[in-house]
Amino acid sequence: MPELRIIRSYAGVQDSHKIESYIQRGGYQALPKALGMDPDDIIDLIKRAGLRGRGGAGFPTGVKWGFIQRDSKKPIYLCCNADESEPGSFKDREIIEQDPHQMLEGIIIGCYTINSHKSYIYIRGEMPYGAGVLERALEEAYENGYLGKNILNSGFDLDVVVFRGAGAYICGEETGLLESIEGKNGEPRPKPPFPAQSGLFGCPTIVNNVETLAFVPHIINRGAEWFSEIGTPKNTGTKIYGLCGQINNPGLYELPLGIPLRELIDEYGGGVPGGRKVKAVSPGGSSAPLLTADELDLKMDFDTLSEVGSMLGTAGVTVIDDSTCMVRVAQNLAHFYRDESCGQCVQCREGTWWLEKMLTMIEEGRGRMEYIDTLLDACSQMRGTTICALADGCAMPVESIVKKFRHEFEEHIKLGKCPFEREHMGEWS
Amino acid sequence: MPENMKLTRELKEKIDSIVAKSETKQSALIPVLREIQNAEGYLTNESMEEAAKILGLTPANVQSVATFYTMFFRKEPGKHVVWLCRTLSCALKGAEQAEHHMCEKLGVHTGGTTSDGKITLMEAECLASCGTAPVMLVDDDLVENLTKEKIDRIIEELRKD
Ligand SMILES: Cc1cc2nc3c(=O)[nH]c(=O)nc-3n(C[C@H](O)[C@H](O)[C@H](O)COP(=O)(O)O)c2cc1C
Ligand code: SF4
Ligand code: FES
Repeated sequence: MPELRIIRSYAGVQDSHKIESYIQRGGYQALPKALGMDPDDIIDLIKRAGLRGRGGAGFPTGVKWGFIQRDSKKPIYLCCNADESEPGSFKDREIIEQDPHQMLEGIIIGCYTINSHKSYIYIRGEMPYGAGVLERALEEAYENGYLGKNILNSGFDLDVVVFRGAGAYICGEETGLLESIEGKNGEPRPKPPFPAQSGLFGCPTIVNNVETLAFVPHIINRGAEWFSEIGTPKNTGTKIYGLCGQINNPGLYELPLGIPLRELIDEYGGGVPGGRKVKAVSPGGSSAPLLTADELDLKMDFDTLSEVGSMLGTAGVTVIDDSTCMVRVAQNLAHFYRDESCGQCVQCREGTWWLEKMLTMIEEGRGRMEYIDTLLDACSQMRGTTICALADGCAMPVESIVKKFRHEFEEHIKLGKCPFEREHMGEWS
Repeated sequence: MPENMKLTRELKEKIDSIVAKSETKQSALIPVLREIQNAEGYLTNESMEEAAKILGLTPANVQSVATFYTMFFRKEPGKHVVWLCRTLSCALKGAEQAEHHMCEKLGVHTGGTTSDGKITLMEAECLASCGTAPVMLVDDDLVENLTKEKIDRIIEELRKD
């Protein structure tokens, strides 16, 4: 089955990042339409389409936009979250680099809807190429009258700027992102207040993911019914799934929400290399609890995965084969979160450090049986107790690995060494 | 590098134009620090104090931000900086071997700079290119599907430059 490409119309197109290419593919047709609509009708349309945020949490976009008090005396902001740093996720980078105008059209429509005249695209510092592409796209959009004063003679004004980060995963968290734009450390804020009430510079603010915004023009063009018929009733539309790790055909695949994981791995990913078998799957970026080989018939959508205690997250799927040590996987992940914790909350700062240390001791054969339950205790203490979800993002996958692959932990401790013969975690070619 | 030099006039002008475009002075901080690093290679105490003065912040404030973000250097790095991804998807595809190989070839530990001052090797977390793992960022360029040969070729080129 081919992909169902709504966003990825740029795939394989030469110079797809240029404005002419986007226009040729039907781009900037939604904008004049939207500018002629009542903002309440746009919000209603996005709600009826069922669009849910693609940044990880799956929050309904129309509902979020509806939180903004549009007659606010303060300026209103829309920030596009282009920080993509969740391990296993690589979809936003492609949209940014290959089709910046598609997300930009979504930004302009979003701003019109919430009555915002200034938007920031927050792109991570490690994407210099993407930042350059975006800068040029903005110039093209200004030249063509899609940005600036009186856009397409509608009377609506909008400025969009690119803000480059400087290396910190936590700036993907929406309030960390706002702090960073304000020139501070990207330390997440306690909520409430939510950004819609008090966000950037204390003003009403919406933060949306790149992929979420890229869907907006298509929904304006083709209608809520069209969109809501794709996928499953509460998980509508397509999703750009990423496949990586130990898989034959890694890459991005745009498919209806709700595709079975097994189909994704076998049909699109071509299965696991070297005749090996799937052992575990991280289904939605590294913060999602892992699934085992017995769970491959699950549907890849927000609700199905949350029902089984995991999450769709960014739908960046990392496949782990049966030659891989799961203690090492957990250790690698804990290292990431320890590295990226902003340090504000004790449970996160100490917890991530402690998890990595315990996992390292077990991996190196210096563990004791009681460490296993200590690990689980530490995970439960980190969950739901911190300012932002980073601590949960570390505890959830680690806890799932300890619970689902407990025998591997026991084996390490009994043997006093890693039972896997490998010196390294994976092999390179 | 210019430990005792004030910011050049050209750099000052660039900074002024960043500040003019920013909604608040403080929100110019990260772009300003990047501009200084682009010009001078890294952030000296001097230049951070200058930035603090221009933006009406305390030096401690600026130091804190320069420390928080991993891409700011407070010591002089090599002429080229290589950011090798260590995170899960890259590790599953051999990033550990790649790192080992790099360290051996360059004669440095991760975080170190070659004795000729040409190359600094840094560890990166997920670079959003997991589908083409293992990957690294060489200055501004992403290099994907790393192999031993690719790494050797790139090191060769960087050394010559
Ligand atoms: C630690 C952490 C990191 C995050 N990183 C990102 C990110 O890189 N990109 C993103 O779009 N959302 C990220 N999010 C989610 C954002 O906080 C926010 O929910 C999202 O940008 C909202 O957009 P959406 O409603 O369009 O999904 C992160 C959340 C957390 C807790
Ligand atoms: S949970 Fe961790 S990353 Fe989030 S605010 Fe607390 S310390 Fe910072
Ligand atoms: S894990 Fe290396 S690019 Fe994502």
